[in-house]
Amino acid sequence: MRTDWTIYVTFLGAGLIMLLPRNAKNLIRWVALLTGVIGLGIGLQNYIAYNGWVDANQPLKDGFWHLANVAWIPSLGVHYHLAVDGLNFPLVLLNGIVCVTGILFSWNIEERVKEFFAFFLTLIAGVYGVFMAMDLFLLFVFYELAIVPKYFIIAIWGSTRKEYGAMKLVLYSFIGSAAVFIGILAAFFAGGGQTFDILELARHPIAGQIQVWVFPLIFVGFAVLAGMWPFHTWAPTGHVAAPTAASMLLAGVVMKLGSYGCLRAAMLVFPSGLAHWQWWIAWLGVIGILYGAAVALVQKDFKFIIGYSSVSHMGFVLLGLATLNRDGMSGAILQMFSHGIVASLLFAVVGRMVYDRTHTRQLDELGGLAKTLPFACVTFVIGGAASMGMPGFSGFVAEVQVLIGAFKMSPWLAVAAALSIAVTAAYILNAIHKVFFGKDDEHHGTAEVHALPPITVPEIVAAVMLMAALVIIGLFPSVMLDMIQANVDIFLKGMP
Amino acid sequence: MKPGLPYLSLITFLPLAGSLVVLLLPKTQERAMKVAALGASVASLLLTFCAWTRFVPSAGMMFVERHSWITALHVDYYVGVDGLSIAMVFLTALVTPLAMLAHWKLKDNVKLFFFLFLLLQTGMFGVFTALNFFHWFIYWELGLIPMFFLIKIWGHENRTYASFKFFIYTLAGSIGMLVAFGFLWMATGTFDFVELRSLAANGDLAKKIAVFVGDVNGRFGWHWNVTTFTSVLFWATLVGFAIKVPIWPFHTWLPDAHTQAPTGGSMVLAAILLKMGVYGFLRVVLPIFPSQVAAHVDILLLLALASIVLGAFAALAQTDFKRLVAYSSVNHMGYAMLGIFATAATAGPEMLNEKAAALNGAVLQMFNHGISSAALFFMVGVIYDRTHTRALAEYGGLRKIMPIYAGVLGITMFSSLGLPGLNGFVGEFLIFKGAFPVVTTVTVVATIGLVVTAVFLLQMMQKVCFGPLNEKWQWLPDMTACELFIGAVLMLFMFLIGIYPAPLLDAANDAVLALVRLF
Amino acid sequence: MSGAYAQIFRALSSEISLAVVAMGVLTLDLVVGRKRDLGARRQLVGAVTLIGLALAAVPLVWQVGLTNVPLMGETLAVNPLTVIFKFVLIVLTALTVLISVDHDIGTHVGEYFAMLLFGAIGMLLLVGSEELLTIFVALELTSISLFVLTAFHKNSLRSQEAALKYFLFGAISSAFLLFGLSYIYGLTGATHLRDIGTALAGKGTNPLLAVGLLCVLVGLGFKVAMVPFHLWAPDAYEGAPTPVTAFIATGSKVASFFVLVKVLMIGFAGAAGSAYWGAFSSGWAMVLGITAAASMLLGNCAAIVQTNVKRLLAYSSIAHAGYILIGLVAATSTGATAVLFYVIVYALTNLGAFGVVAALSARAGGGDLEHFNGMAKRAPFLSLLMLVFILSLAGVPPLGGFFGKFYLFAAAVERDAQNFGLLWLVVLGILMSAVSLYYYLILLKHFYVMPAKDETRIATPGHVNMALAICAVGVIILGVFPEPIVALLKTLVIGL
Repeated sequence: MRTDWTIYVTFLGAGLIMLLPRNAKNLIRWVALLTGVIGLGIGLQNYIAYNGWVDANQPLKDGFWHLANVAWIPSLGVHYHLAVDGLNFPLVLLNGIVCVTGILFSWNIEERVKEFFAFFLTLIAGVYGVFMAMDLFLLFVFYELAIVPKYFIIAIWGSTRKEYGAMKLVLYSFIGSAAVFIGILAAFFAGGGQTFDILELARHPIAGQIQVWVFPLIFVGFAVLAGMWPFHTWAPTGHVAAPTAASMLLAGVVMKLGSYGCLRAAMLVFPSGLAHWQWWIAWLGVIGILYGAAVALVQKDFKFIIGYSSVSHMGFVLLGLATLNRDGMSGAILQMFSHGIVASLLFAVVGRMVYDRTHTRQLDELGGLAKTLPFACVTFVIGGAASMGMPGFSGFVAEVQVLIGAFKMSPWLAVAAALSIAVTAAYILNAIHKVFFGKDDEHHGTAEVHALPPITVPEIVAAVMLMAALVIIGLFPSVMLDMIQANVDIFLKGMP
Repeated sequence: MKPGLPYLSLITFLPLAGSLVVLLLPKTQERAMKVAALGASVASLLLTFCAWTRFVPSAGMMFVERHSWITALHVDYYVGVDGLSIAMVFLTALVTPLAMLAHWKLKDNVKLFFFLFLLLQTGMFGVFTALNFFHWFIYWELGLIPMFFLIKIWGHENRTYASFKFFIYTLAGSIGMLVAFGFLWMATGTFDFVELRSLAANGDLAKKIAVFVGDVNGRFGWHWNVTTFTSVLFWATLVGFAIKVPIWPFHTWLPDAHTQAPTGGSMVLAAILLKMGVYGFLRVVLPIFPSQVAAHVDILLLLALASIVLGAFAALAQTDFKRLVAYSSVNHMGYAMLGIFATAATAGPEMLNEKAAALNGAVLQMFNHGISSAALFFMVGVIYDRTHTRALAEYGGLRKIMPIYAGVLGITMFSSLGLPGLNGFVGEFLIFKGAFPVVTTVTVVATIGLVVTAVFLLQMMQKVCFGPLNEKWQWLPDMTACELFIGAVLMLFMFLIGIYPAPLLDAANDAVLALVRLF
Repeated sequence: MSGAYAQIFRALSSEISLAVVAMGVLTLDLVVGRKRDLGARRQLVGAVTLIGLALAAVPLVWQVGLTNVPLMGETLAVNPLTVIFKFVLIVLTALTVLISVDHDIGTHVGEYFAMLLFGAIGMLLLVGSEELLTIFVALELTSISLFVLTAFHKNSLRSQEAALKYFLFGAISSAFLLFGLSYIYGLTGATHLRDIGTALAGKGTNPLLAVGLLCVLVGLGFKVAMVPFHLWAPDAYEGAPTPVTAFIATGSKVASFFVLVKVLMIGFAGAAGSAYWGAFSSGWAMVLGITAAASMLLGNCAAIVQTNVKRLLAYSSIAHAGYILIGLVAATSTGATAVLFYVIVYALTNLGAFGVVAALSARAGGGDLEHFNGMAKRAPFLSLLMLVFILSLAGVPPLGGFFGKFYLFAAAVERDAQNFGLLWLVVLGILMSAVSLYYYLILLKHFYVMPAKDETRIATPGHVNMALAICAVGVIILGVFPEPIVALLKTLVIGL
């Protein structure tokens, strides 16, 4: 099946779930899981095929696998155009992985199961669509489609200040998409009013002075969702409010929607605008990196730490994209994948393994969980190590490349960004210490701690999947990096 | 070379496979976990032994495996051993199973313990066999994390502080190293130790760094100085290793970590992890930065001297048995560093033999210290298991109730002290013999260290085994068969090398000479 | 002469048949209705009304083939566009009838349905007429029917107050309209739109025309509830029986906007002026530009603080009038197409939304936001439909509201694509859409997130569900496949 079937299959799954009786909870869960697995399977199968295509050293014609390209609304030049290339395929795969593991980590949801998985799969399908859309209008449609379910998932199944967090998140993304909307309209008419097709628009350059003000509209509009400082404030509250699966999705794929939108809709279409704003983006990225890490260091809530760490790590993505060189951009895209997996894993530990059992996320109240939940401890340590950029995990390859790319742009950028690695190590270690050891040193084995329910099979399966992805990409980054670089080269060739 | 059995990959990944087996075994099967862990480790030992029998010292890199890995970064999977590393691989293979055996009675979190231990062993093997910085660094960090948890979870009363100190120190060192190699990569486009070494030898490395610095200066309008820049790279790399060795003043993590670690952890930490640092000097610092080493050799010799003398005096002042042994490590690694830095103290072919002797001594000292420090920490562990105290003042007169223990401790002590006929003597003798004509003053001052070493070790022996017996310990049982076995194996090597060090020296000599000729 | 009557009969056959049905309904209720209980009466009379509406739709089929047949000296026009809108109005009336059957409208059942039909006749006439006096008469017919309908809750003070307010405002605005029309007649000597258009062509504006035009805009602005002539709307919407509210908010708006487009684009095409940023020039486009901005601002901001669902929707409809006016400000065929398309989508959406409120509020004990708490559990199907309607109003893809808005904004940007002269309105519109999402989500929050006090299921009659489902399906289809209707409207508008 072609890769775009991931979208249809996931929508079908959501539709099917809506038809199931609401009390058949297990059936609903299995249908959702099956949908996710089929989506991931289609993605993987095509990924392997695509990879073989890249590896064969055939010159990439235009670098794309076009999946569908039919006129949708001819009056406005809107096409239903889906394609995959080295830049979005890793993200399609990421979405599949996060979908399956997110469902597994939501296995314990008992309340309004049907609606949960229907919203969940709608969101996933929208995200698949954004990653594959090659038409600005279509991309925007899928993008909005992904935003709305988030509100309900967070507001209904969330925890701390859920309604506030959900509303903040949705309004931020909507204001961001309002900017994108204006930018898209301007791009459409400035590009001749004939087509919304990204590749077509990129082929016919738009007047420079228009690019200069349209580019930031689209870029910032998307970057809001990528957690770019200073528009990041939705991220920590949203993450904290969200239920586990939603935090995973938020940090895992939704933030990538933003950065991917920046790349695909803003950078590809407005090269001159990009050249004009490049330094701003790079420095905002660096500020985000440092700010996120520094704030994470002083948090008292376990989930806030991970929330701010996401801001910090997404800063690497923006910085890498802004470098406009091979190393930096490849690193940025790999970082999107890597951070997607890492953040999902960490949020799963925090939300599902720890919070669902202890009902607290305060670092001061937790402690000694290494004894009672050793699996959670190991998982968090591996996720944390990957987050720190420990070699052998995917984050290392990605961040090193971003740093090299940043160095080539300006050594100061690299120095500033590299500082954050030490801070990251500090807050991750602090969290490990306080949550999994900490209290244990003072008074051994408190009774309530020992009464925690054991880690379930779905959790183990999902966590192992995510960890395997981290290690596989960490040890064999070529399976992803080769295709990324092939398309980054094509992208850079198109730059003025 | 014909593609033979991929010895090194097998040796490295056998413990990893073992760790996965341990992980998958059901929670209740503690015995099976221990057997599996030991089995994997012993299998590695046997393979290492086979490899050693096939090792040809004059053949340069042996058992090379090289596969294209990350094309985007020009990284190959590249492993091989030469005279500098074969002994270390063997030491790792030997000490790790013994350390596991020392925890055979462990009841607390057995699965995690043996899992981490095997992971640690893979990391250590990897560090000694990898020839490409990229995966070498992965192994380097892999050696760090399991040890962190070994201390953190199974350590003594102050474990949290000690483990974090250990972690932060090593990590800080690693980051500097990583940055340095990042720059080297940007300048040369390779992470390959062998290639970097040959680039350095024919002067291309300096040229490439100059081009790189020129490029940076040109693009950003800066005024970086090539020499300063290279020196910064050199120091960043050097400090990363110096922390691991540790060389004074980067040693302060060591007494805490060693003291707080569980017995097996201390054994591996002292015997192997410290050697990773020294090995780094042999594999990375000397070959890639020869002229920088030569330029800064005075400072480096002073640091080595400080490690020897101050380490010895610090050990003398300790009241904690384990802490004393820990400081003795600082002192002993100082000797190895003296041998290594002496190599760079003069340029050209003069005193080639002396320098080679010093370096040979250093390589031997690495192995010897591995054996004797493992034994010493093990002996500390044996007594701690029985008394739950490490204060020297609490002991006394154990000779009467634990004669076998006293005997083994005595031999170990003499090995560490450098008594002729035991292994310690050969290495230290070679170092002093080689270093004396090259760096006379430093060597003479270092002999103070020798004396103090003897004093604190003898004093330790006296406080533990002689004098009046503390009444509390009346009932203490002597060493068990299992414990005796561990001690016996280590003692076997003490005698073996003390009497017949030739196999080790022969294996190393060609590689050592090649290294010395770089200067 | 008989030929002329035949022509009139052909042109007005729908209206005539509706009038006959209205009389019939009155008689039927008088004769057989009195003996039955109210519910059965409503069902019987409603069914007959529906049949009548279906019959009235039949003549439209004959008219499909006719293109621009001027009748009675261009007083009445029959062209595909009028056919389409008459059809839409009949459908809207039919859907209103469907939701009315279920609603308590007191004992005057026959009169209620007859009034609905009279109102519908007025709307059909509005669509068909191209002469000022006919337009006025049709407008009055519509308005008076709606005044009466608003007061139909005879025992409710609010209903009476609303009707009175509606009536007073309506009467004054009618006076303005008539006054304005007299000026126009005085200036041009014509009451036919096309003659006025010819007379005014190329003349520019003069003070007399300005007064006339302004008065016409006041009169029609009252009908479409644009700021500052919106004051009646919240009260009337809240006080009127909900099906009547739905009818006012949809049918009346469709007809009024159609007339507005016709009057301005045909009659006053020469007096458009411009609303370009920094280059205002007097004319109706400028006036409408300002009122559009004011409507969007006031409608959206006032909606945020509402606690009554119908009031909230009333303010939202004021805001929507603002969006629609943007299309008129563009004053191009694309703009007119966008207006007409959006009006259809808007009518379906709002009818659906009010329909859901009508069906649920009677059973939930009131029309305030908290009465709808937990509706997702109590009435899952209607809640799902409400989700569709509200998201469409908020402009979330892939629903009709999104594409409609997109098209409106695109038309505005296209108008002066070189200098982006109307971009200020678009930016305001998009930002206000983002604001509107806030209160729409609050509304949905009550449906989906807040727990209900009383969790009993609410059963709604099948015909109501069906009517609302038709609206929802229409909204979705118009969003996903807008092309056929957009393309059709566009060709027809150009042919006007």
